[in-house]
Amino acid sequence: MTDLAADHTIDWATEFDHTKSEYAQQAPAVWDELRERCPVAHSDAHGGVWLPVRHEDVSAIAHDTEHFTSESVIVSAFKPVGLAPAGFAPPITSDPPYHQGARRILLPAFSPKAIDRLEDDVRASCRALLDDLLAQGTDVVDAATAYAQHIPVLAIANMLGLPPEDGDRFRLFIHRIIEKPGEYSGTIEPEETLVYYLMQVMKARRAEPPRDDLIGFLMQAEMDGEPLNDEHIFGTIALLIIAGIDTTWSAIGASLWHLAQHPEDRARLVEDPDVLPFAIEEFLRFYAPVTMARLAATDTEIGGCPVAERDWVLLPFPAANRDPEAFEDADEFIIDRRRNRHVAFGLGIHRCLGSNLARLELTVAIDEWMKRIPDFELADPDPDAVRWSTGQVRGPRELPVRLLGTNEAVSA
Amino acid sequence: MRIVLDTDACQGHGRCYALSPDLFDTDDDGYAVLLVDGEVPAGAEDAARLAADNCPEFAITIED
Repeated sequence: MTDLAADHTIDWATEFDHTKSEYAQQAPAVWDELRERCPVAHSDAHGGVWLPVRHEDVSAIAHDTEHFTSESVIVSAFKPVGLAPAGFAPPITSDPPYHQGARRILLPAFSPKAIDRLEDDVRASCRALLDDLLAQGTDVVDAATAYAQHIPVLAIANMLGLPPEDGDRFRLFIHRIIEKPGEYSGTIEPEETLVYYLMQVMKARRAEPPRDDLIGFLMQAEMDGEPLNDEHIFGTIALLIIAGIDTTWSAIGASLWHLAQHPEDRARLVEDPDVLPFAIEEFLRFYAPVTMARLAATDTEIGGCPVAERDWVLLPFPAANRDPEAFEDADEFIIDRRRNRHVAFGLGIHRCLGSNLARLELTVAIDEWMKRIPDFELADPDPDAVRWSTGQVRGPRELPVRLLGTNEAVSA
Repeated sequence: MRIVLDTDACQGHGRCYALSPDLFDTDDDGYAVLLVDGEVPAGAEDAARLAADNCPEFAITIED
C-alpha cells in the first residue's frame, strides 16, 4: 500500500469524508495533521460537517447540551426534523430534560455490578469461539470475523433475549446505518429493515407473557408514571443493537491487531496478568472506535470557529485521546499507563451507557485469547493491509493472523 | 491527604470504583459514591491518586 499519510491529494482541513476509506485507513495521521494546522476542520460532505480534533474542543461540545443537540448522532445527508425531545433512539438521541428519564430507566441494567454478573456468560462465549477457531486446524485465522465480531452479538442478544443466530442480520443493519449512512436509503425491501425486524419481535413479545430480559423490562418500564410508547421501546432496542455490537467488535479487533504486531506487549500480558486492566484502558485510549456527532442547536462556535445552527459536528473521541495537550506521550502505546483519562466512551450526560459491558467484553476477549493464543502475528506483515471500517465506528473488519503458539483449553 | 468527589461532574464512568474499590463504591445507577469522609486512610494514598488520575470528567480531586 502507498503511504497514505503522504498523500496530499486530499486537503484534510476542507475535504475530509469520514465515510470514505481514505479517511478510515489513516484517521490517526489525519487527526495529528489537523491538530497541528487546523484543529477545527470543515468539509462540505454530508451537507457540511465540522471536525474538531483537540481534546479541549471535543470535551466542550460533549458537555454543552445547550448549543449542541443529540437529535441525530449519525452524520448523513438526512437531518431529522421534529424528533426532539426523544429522538429516534432514546436516550442517545435525546436532549435534556427528556434524556435524564430515558437514561435512568436503563442505568441499573448497565451498572458495574449488574454487568459483573455477566462475566461467566461472556467467558463461556469466548472459550467456545476459541475452541471453534482452533478446531479449524489452520495456521491462519481471521481474528475479526471468527472471533471479535461474535462476542458482542452474543452478549447483547443474551441481555435483550433475542436469538444469537440473528447476529448476521444485526451486523447487516449496522453496516447500513453506521458504516454507509444514507447510501442504502430507498434500495432495501421493507421486510429487510431493522424497523421491520423489531416490529416482528414486539408483535411476538406482546402475544406471550413478559420475559425476564431487557426487552421484557422495557415493555413494562415507566417514565414519569406512564408506560413507554412503542416508538420509545423500538428506538431503545435499536440503539442497544446498533451501539452495542460493532463498537466492541472494533475495540477487540483493534486490540488484537496491536498485539499481533507487538511481541513485547504480548509477553507482558502473559508474564504480568495484573497489567491487563491498564492494558485494556490503553487499548481503549489508543484505538477508541467511536466518533459521535451533534447538530448545532443554535448559531455558536467551536474553538473560535463560527458554526451555524443545524450544522453537523463530529465528536471524534479517538482524536481527543491522542491530543498531546491532554495525554503525556499521547502518540505512544504504553501498556501500563497509570494516568489515563481517555474519553473512548464519551463525556458528559451521554457517556456510553454500555461502557461497563464493553469493558467486560474487551477484557475477557483479550484475556481468553491470550491464554489460548499467546503468540501470533499479522498474516500479511504490512499493517496497513488491514481494512478499517468507514463511518463513525472504526475497527478492523478483517484480521488474518498467523498462530505461532497455542495452548490447550483450560477447564473452566 | 484529602479526597473530594464532585458528584455533579460524575457521569458514572466507573473508573474509580474499578481501580480503588476501598475508597469508592457505585450506586444502583453506576454513579460514584465516596466511602471515606474526605480523609484518605493511611496506606490508601496511591489508590486515591489512581482514582483521581483516571477520571475522564476530572470529578475527583486530591488535596495534599
